[in-house]
Amino acid sequence: MSAASSHAPDSVREIRQLIARHKRWDYIFVTIGLVCLMVGVIAFTALFLSMLIQGAPRLSLDFFTSFPSRKPEMAGILSAWVGSVLVMLVTALAAVPLGVAAGVYLEEYAPKNWVTDIIEINVTNLAGVPSIIYGLLALGVFVYGLDLGRSILSAGLTLALLILPVVIVATREAIRAIPVGIREGAYALGATKWQTTRDHILPYSSAGILTGIIIGLARAIGETAPIITIGALTFIAFLPPAPLTTQPPFISFEWLMAPFTVMPIQMFNWVSRPEEAFQVNAAAAGLVLVVMTLAMNGLAIWLRYRLRRNLKW
Amino acid sequence: MSSIPVTYDTESHAAALAASGLRRGHASRVKERAIEFVLFLAALSSVLTTVAIVVILVEESFQFFRQVPLSSFLFGTEWTPLFAEPKYGILPLLTGTLMSSGIALLVAVPMGTIIAIYLSEFASFRARESAKPFLELLAGIPTVVYGYFALLFVTPILQRIIPGLSGFNLLSAGLVMGIMIIPYVSSICEDAMRAVPMAMREGSYAMGATRLQTALRVVTPAATSGIAAAYILGISRAVGETMVLAIAAGNQPNFTANPLEPAQTITAYIVSVSLGDLPHGGVGYRTIFAAGLTLFIVTLFFNLIGHAMRKKFREAY
Repeated sequence: MSAASSHAPDSVREIRQLIARHKRWDYIFVTIGLVCLMVGVIAFTALFLSMLIQGAPRLSLDFFTSFPSRKPEMAGILSAWVGSVLVMLVTALAAVPLGVAAGVYLEEYAPKNWVTDIIEINVTNLAGVPSIIYGLLALGVFVYGLDLGRSILSAGLTLALLILPVVIVATREAIRAIPVGIREGAYALGATKWQTTRDHILPYSSAGILTGIIIGLARAIGETAPIITIGALTFIAFLPPAPLTTQPPFISFEWLMAPFTVMPIQMFNWVSRPEEAFQVNAAAAGLVLVVMTLAMNGLAIWLRYRLRRNLKW
Repeated sequence: MSSIPVTYDTESHAAALAASGLRRGHASRVKERAIEFVLFLAALSSVLTTVAIVVILVEESFQFFRQVPLSSFLFGTEWTPLFAEPKYGILPLLTGTLMSSGIALLVAVPMGTIIAIYLSEFASFRARESAKPFLELLAGIPTVVYGYFALLFVTPILQRIIPGLSGFNLLSAGLVMGIMIIPYVSSICEDAMRAVPMAMREGSYAMGATRLQTALRVVTPAATSGIAAAYILGISRAVGETMVLAIAAGNQPNFTANPLEPAQTITAYIVSVSLGDLPHGGVGYRTIFAAGLTLFIVTLFFNLIGHAMRKKFREAY
């Protein structure tokens, strides 16, 4: 009896120790988890600060209004950012209608059969194809096959194909979030499928689709490899022809076929040079590029956050 | 075709409609079919892209293999396609690719998994809601910027730790690439863990298990296929990564197992050739398509397995 009563506190103590030990492991893991997250934070901070310290002194108005030059202190990113804007224009004009239409088809129209299955598997796999492969595709199809040359049009179409899966997936997710009741209500009033899609499905999913488009364009604006592969020149000291002219018909499409450079290519070109003065330029260009992509991604994340908060079906 | 029957053209309602209404009904039916067809074409364009990729890569590679035997391509240990006496052995590029991906995964897999477990099982709602957008932003930074970071920030630091480290090396490129794909791995892992039903955790807690025990012995095993998918898709991502390696790894096709030396990957080779001015249609021009085909097959293989496993965990619960 006495042995048992003296054992009881012992085993309680053992259990308490066991619990304490296990809880300690919990805390240790939380610490490790936070450390891992901090590594990400520190890496990002280091990346941003190193570019800021090296590149910020170069960021003046002149940097944005000068062409690249052999003299690093004279060089700027005028042709690069104009090229990026024009290429993005082509990319958006090609990828948005195509991607949204494909997303609408897959979500609203597609019958359940093997053709649909193939399209779906294909979209998932296209999203995983390395970007440089799209460059090889564009080299074969756009540059030589269709003879578009190393132009803004070729680059814009290449990047459009690259972000097509992003737009399609975002469209589908936005549409899937709309309750079936909305469709049934429209059909009950005698609307056709297309009327339902045009007047209800597309307006209600537009914010979600917009989020996907912005994320896709943010990815496209930073893409370097496929543009290098189609053979974009890295030294461009002129601007493409203006899209608006003083003579009728006032609009010119010559710029589509013009040679060009874009921000990431300009940065790559400067990083690859051994002179430190050019690396300073690379840092400045990188800073502009990072701020641009962060702003676009930030906008998309904010849009999605607002959407989730306001949307109550 | 449609899940909900359109009622105005059924026989019982047709009688009630005016003749003009019927005609309009017919016209709008044609319009409906036309619109559906246009949308179908848009969806088909993605399949067309894949077909075009395969056709271009296979066609140019076929021309290439008529001049270079397949065996010397697959087993040759020297890659000097632009020399006077060219050799076309893909092994140096493959080892470069495998090593850089290996280093990247050594960073991304443990860190991505730990972050995913932390965010899914430990972090409060607020912490998770602020950490996830940050990881997303990190994933959105252009790869050329990571290349700059590897070459001009990480390499000088590594050179202080490892004396005699070459200015261009696989180690620094691989490490930065690892950091780059952490968000990718962690977000797929976390998706998989969040898909595990709450009841399984509650059962575990009810048995007196701690959070860590539940995370490691209940949630992780239940999410295995999703976590494996994250790793596999991470591999595919690392194998296809281009700019970090083109900038920081040195562009020398070395057949070496030493990550401290400069090397070249398949992707970096394609970039370095594209920067030069190779005549269209020569063997040199075709090498990039043969290299690209190799890359495409490797990534397609990983992607197919990865997505199949991902689908499996989605179906499981």
